[in-house]
Amino acid sequence: MTNAWTDIKNTDLVVIMGGNAAEAHPCGFKWVTEAKANRGAKLIVVDPRFNRSASVADYYAPIRQGSDIAFLMGLINHCISNDKVQWEYVKAFTNATFVVKEGYGYQDGLFTGYDEEKRDYNKDTWDYEIGADGYAVVDETLQNPRCVWNLLKQHVAIYTPEMVERICGTPKDKFLKVAEMIGECSTPTKTMTSMYALGWTQHSKGSQNIRGMAMLQLILGNIGVRGGGMNALRGHSNIQGLTDLGLMSNLIPGYLNIPTEKEADFATYMSTRGFKPLRPNQMSYWQNYRKFFVSFMKSMFGPAATAENDWGYQYLPKLDVPGYDVLRIFEMMKQGKVNLYFCQGFNPLQAFPNKAKLAEALAKLKLLVIMDPLQTETARFWEDHGTFNKADPAKIQTEVIQLPTTCFAEDEGSLVNSGRWLQWHWPGGSPPGEAKTDTWIMAQIHLRLKELYKKEGGAFPDPIVNLNWSYKDPGDPTAEELAREMNGSVLADVYDPADPTKKILEAGKQLSGFGQLRDDGTTAGGCWIFSGCWTEAGNMMARRDNSDPGDAGMFLKWSFAWPANRRILYNRASCDLEGKPWDPSRKLIEWDGAKWAGYDVPDIAPTAKPGDVGPFIMNPEGTSRLWVRKMMRDGPFPVHYEPFESPVANVIAPKVRGNPAARVFADDWKQFADIGDPAFPYAGTSYRLTEHFHYWTKNNHVNSVLQPEQFVEISEELAKEKGIALGGWVRVWSKRGELYAKAVVTKRIKPMTIDGKVVHIVGVPIHWGFVGAARKGFPANTLTPFVGDANIETPEFKAFMVNIEPSTGPVVA
Amino acid sequence: MFPPIPNPSVSPDAAKPRFGEKDIMRRSASEVTPPAQRLTEVAKLIDVSKCIGCKACQAACLEWNNLTEEIGFNHGVYENPMDLTPNTFTLMRFTEWENPETENLEWLIRKDGCMHCEDPGCLKACPAPGAIVQYSNGIVDFQHENCIGCGYCIKGCPFNIPRISKVDHTAYKCTLCSDRVAVGQGPACQKACPTQAIVFGTKQEMKDWADFRIKDLKSRGFENAGLYDPQGVGGTHVMYVLHHADQPSIYANLPDNPRISPIVDAWKGVTKYVGLAAMGFAAAAGFLHYVVAGPNRVTAEDEENAEKLTEGKGPAKGPPSAPPPAPPSGPAGHEGRAT
Amino acid sequence: MNMELSRRSFLKTSGAGIAGTSLGAFGFGEAEAAVASFIKPFHLANTTEARNTCTYCSVACGIIIYSKGDLRKGEKADIVHIEGDADHPTNRGTLCPKGAALRDIVKSETRLTQPMLRKAGSDTFEPVSWDAALDKIARMMKDDRDANFVATNKDGVTVNRWLTTGFLAASATTNETAFATYKVVRSTGILAFDNQARV
Repeated sequence: MTNAWTDIKNTDLVVIMGGNAAEAHPCGFKWVTEAKANRGAKLIVVDPRFNRSASVADYYAPIRQGSDIAFLMGLINHCISNDKVQWEYVKAFTNATFVVKEGYGYQDGLFTGYDEEKRDYNKDTWDYEIGADGYAVVDETLQNPRCVWNLLKQHVAIYTPEMVERICGTPKDKFLKVAEMIGECSTPTKTMTSMYALGWTQHSKGSQNIRGMAMLQLILGNIGVRGGGMNALRGHSNIQGLTDLGLMSNLIPGYLNIPTEKEADFATYMSTRGFKPLRPNQMSYWQNYRKFFVSFMKSMFGPAATAENDWGYQYLPKLDVPGYDVLRIFEMMKQGKVNLYFCQGFNPLQAFPNKAKLAEALAKLKLLVIMDPLQTETARFWEDHGTFNKADPAKIQTEVIQLPTTCFAEDEGSLVNSGRWLQWHWPGGSPPGEAKTDTWIMAQIHLRLKELYKKEGGAFPDPIVNLNWSYKDPGDPTAEELAREMNGSVLADVYDPADPTKKILEAGKQLSGFGQLRDDGTTAGGCWIFSGCWTEAGNMMARRDNSDPGDAGMFLKWSFAWPANRRILYNRASCDLEGKPWDPSRKLIEWDGAKWAGYDVPDIAPTAKPGDVGPFIMNPEGTSRLWVRKMMRDGPFPVHYEPFESPVANVIAPKVRGNPAARVFADDWKQFADIGDPAFPYAGTSYRLTEHFHYWTKNNHVNSVLQPEQFVEISEELAKEKGIALGGWVRVWSKRGELYAKAVVTKRIKPMTIDGKVVHIVGVPIHWGFVGAARKGFPANTLTPFVGDANIETPEFKAFMVNIEPSTGPVVA
Repeated sequence: MFPPIPNPSVSPDAAKPRFGEKDIMRRSASEVTPPAQRLTEVAKLIDVSKCIGCKACQAACLEWNNLTEEIGFNHGVYENPMDLTPNTFTLMRFTEWENPETENLEWLIRKDGCMHCEDPGCLKACPAPGAIVQYSNGIVDFQHENCIGCGYCIKGCPFNIPRISKVDHTAYKCTLCSDRVAVGQGPACQKACPTQAIVFGTKQEMKDWADFRIKDLKSRGFENAGLYDPQGVGGTHVMYVLHHADQPSIYANLPDNPRISPIVDAWKGVTKYVGLAAMGFAAAAGFLHYVVAGPNRVTAEDEENAEKLTEGKGPAKGPPSAPPPAPPSGPAGHEGRAT
Repeated sequence: MNMELSRRSFLKTSGAGIAGTSLGAFGFGEAEAAVASFIKPFHLANTTEARNTCTYCSVACGIIIYSKGDLRKGEKADIVHIEGDADHPTNRGTLCPKGAALRDIVKSETRLTQPMLRKAGSDTFEPVSWDAALDKIARMMKDDRDANFVATNKDGVTVNRWLTTGFLAASATTNETAFATYKVVRSTGILAFDNQARV
């Protein structure tokens, strides 16, 4: 989230598209109902189903899953054509004026530089024109045909209301009503908020869905302001924290990068991380990269990270591919290339696509280690449950170790919510039986491994034996020790270079924030963006003062938000060029003539004069980006691409199948239904229900009472056509697998007309499996295709093709 | 936002109930002297227009009251269980309604459960002395040790709420979390409700809050938005804000004009005898057995009459005789008597 | 341990002229002895409170765990109830149907209580001690790492990676656990490191 849950009360218009906040985040959705009740705000829901969010919406428009970009580009086209643009914001705070260099182009669904063989782009042409002064060329008049604004205008022109109807199935009048309501928010005194979640990310072009809405929000001037923003609702309780801390193939805590093998040494690694400003005077915050990196390495390897060994640069593994994401690792597993696999509180057999492939892959492991508070299907993938999980244990040689862990109620520490608040919690119960914390387990594994390497030697023991593990009880580090380490501390006294008698940092003290991090080894800090969470003043994450000056919804004294306790990112953009709030009734910060101050921590140097420094200080441009240089794998602008399985060919680019830059493994291509395949005529989609949380709450009796049994949702029209009865059994199958479920026949789903063809939707909730209290059922991933987003490999769970027929139900042995 | 009620105190002093037997205003099949001063009436307001049907109220109710419901089946709809049960005191009911005026689909979701009527039909119908009581704050509560499981309360309820347990053969329904209200808390369902579709306070506060909500709904084109506080039962201590208050029955058959069944009057004689019998100690056992024929039975003839009466056909013998019940006498039911 | 159970509450309203329910303060007058049998006793009396955060989604609702027994005094604590924290700015005491049933996930019949091992080809789990389980894990990690560690690539560049073992991190653990996990996993050279961000 750029903003916070409590800020949603400040909005005038909520657009829920690519998510279902009432269903998946009910207590956050409260702030939508508050905005409605107190500000007269309106709620728009755009979704294939009339869902729980729609049940309290002011306006609902249907859309076919997987066509969001066409809809969003259509909205941008509408705003540009009808002058629904916050011009001052667009000209000053976006890269609309930047001129793109000659050679860049777009035609028939592809940008310049496409290599069909590699399914990838050569991005050399995706750049700005750089002037003689070394800065990007801009055209304040927006006359240059190659400036971003004109390229955008040209790019979205094809997405007319008629085209939106043809691709998305949204009736033209409904699309125009939505466009009109959204267009009203281009005035500086009206804001719109975007609430989205996996409904946008789980597509082969998920990242571009989100870019599409972000671009619209920028055109309306809604980023950085109260009641605005791009609000990723996020999933699990600490998925924000796990991502912040870089528990991903290619990340170092705080969104730094694991080196690639092209970066053989530290100097080469740093050479592409200069982040030189693209405009005069601009602050480009990533220029501090080296400080963050070196302090992280000091936290990792302590005294073993030295200037001489480039702070232990070679202790880090180097990537040969963009990332070993879960799809890649399960593909490798299936090929027999993986021997050991750890699942820490995760149930991949249910959670990743194509269950049959996952089960085949797991059976090729030597050892599967499960750390979980609950039984999972993954831990028991080898168990035979008849139709629900066919397996022959005797033939599966994988050893499985299942370790019982504590849960939230029994441990201490912090979680990061979607609004980036780090909230500390305390245990309330004793762990059951022999359950242990995950930290204890990780420490025990590390100490044993270190001991073996010390005793026996072996392959490159250095990073293991030198890992900084200086906890009071190395076998069980405390939450406090680890939190202090993430915050960062001073390792050696630092004196003011101007006055050597003046000590500016004292060894042993906690850092007050990331501004104190240094690149000379005198500071350590595990995660720079968390710096400030546990300072000399104590545990800032445990703060519990819920006062809210000005009723702004900021709550600066409640917990700690990264970065620097800031609650709304890019909040400098809430003010005009003179530093006055666009909307005085929704002041966030303002320039008082000498400094920035207000209800939030300013997202700019406190004394940076308005006009001197652009508000988007993380970007070398100082502006936000309507067009992006080389950072997206699939193009500088979003383009409508059909899902890999689709009822129709891509209307705007008939030769392009799926997202042309998305990675597909050879065997998986064979398991995709052809475009318009009559054997799989119905558009499937998967989603959560409010009564359940993923595959956890089927272990909970109460939640199992509230939604006891797997079902699928279809329209009355499809039910009639197929002879399916309300509450009757159906069989649903894709090219990858089948499931049996009860039929919920509903008016809330309607057939759509896509490019002249009637398309029915089959909705598949995800929550059932073969363990737990609820009735045995089939996870939705028996059906879903093994392909991910081109940029970050989020699986395409939201759009795939299926067939359906009435059934007598699963054969239970 | 309706300001949240502060977190409960865990100190034993704060946990002392602030109302109880002395505040009983009516008692089934018994005469009581009403308290000299009535407690402030409480109410729960359910704003259907804010409800997202998440069932947090159902979960909170099961948890707070330590109820274990059976894990059922899917029957092609979102409801689960399919009806109120002795363990499910509250239930979300879902209706897909196409508004004939706008042609828009509306998903009407109503939290069903005891309405805590000012003039409680269950209590009036109950033949077992003290099995149902009404406190002067409006809460209608069951006292299970006095319940004979006859099921008359169900027949007497215009909203068809109580359910008989097959385990202990007594009747169960929402207590308005009397144990929570007694220590200054709101009911568990209200506390949980994510969107504050459920709020709790004094009845007057709830009416004022409803006005605020109704204004908002009218501004959004729901011209018939209004409060459901049916006067046929003297008003209720659970009220709804409805976007279509002119047609309550579209909300999963919420009665348009609920009234206590005429059967209640017809039972007066029987209940009186039960009441006398209960006071007659030893004689009671035999007579009770005769009247109720076991822990969960009334006589076949009574049952038959009851059914016919509730269907509006009158008793088996003779013409329909029961007139519509009179509205509760007196202000705020002070003089109310269980008869 | 800093529990800091403040009794602050939100006394302001936004947008409406009602100052909150007057029930708690005024509705009942002075508490008088009432007959306990008529009203069930309030079962949170004499419990211990702990502030926590809901484990499910990232709205991160504040909760209060009510237990018999006090961990801070070194006692065993048995959770009797979990309810929303009315002081929390986001949820203001409310909880969704998952949050409202949190007690039952903590006490689920399918909670794991002891380490288990499923041997190759077996059709069942059997109990194993923590030491045996952890020793076996460390041994197999070392053997696999030593056998498959890639120190340099075909061009002779130092890459120090280990690709035959993967680690899937959780998403409901604390930041502190996640950081400890990061350190341990990264120090081995594992690149197949991922979490639940995408699902």
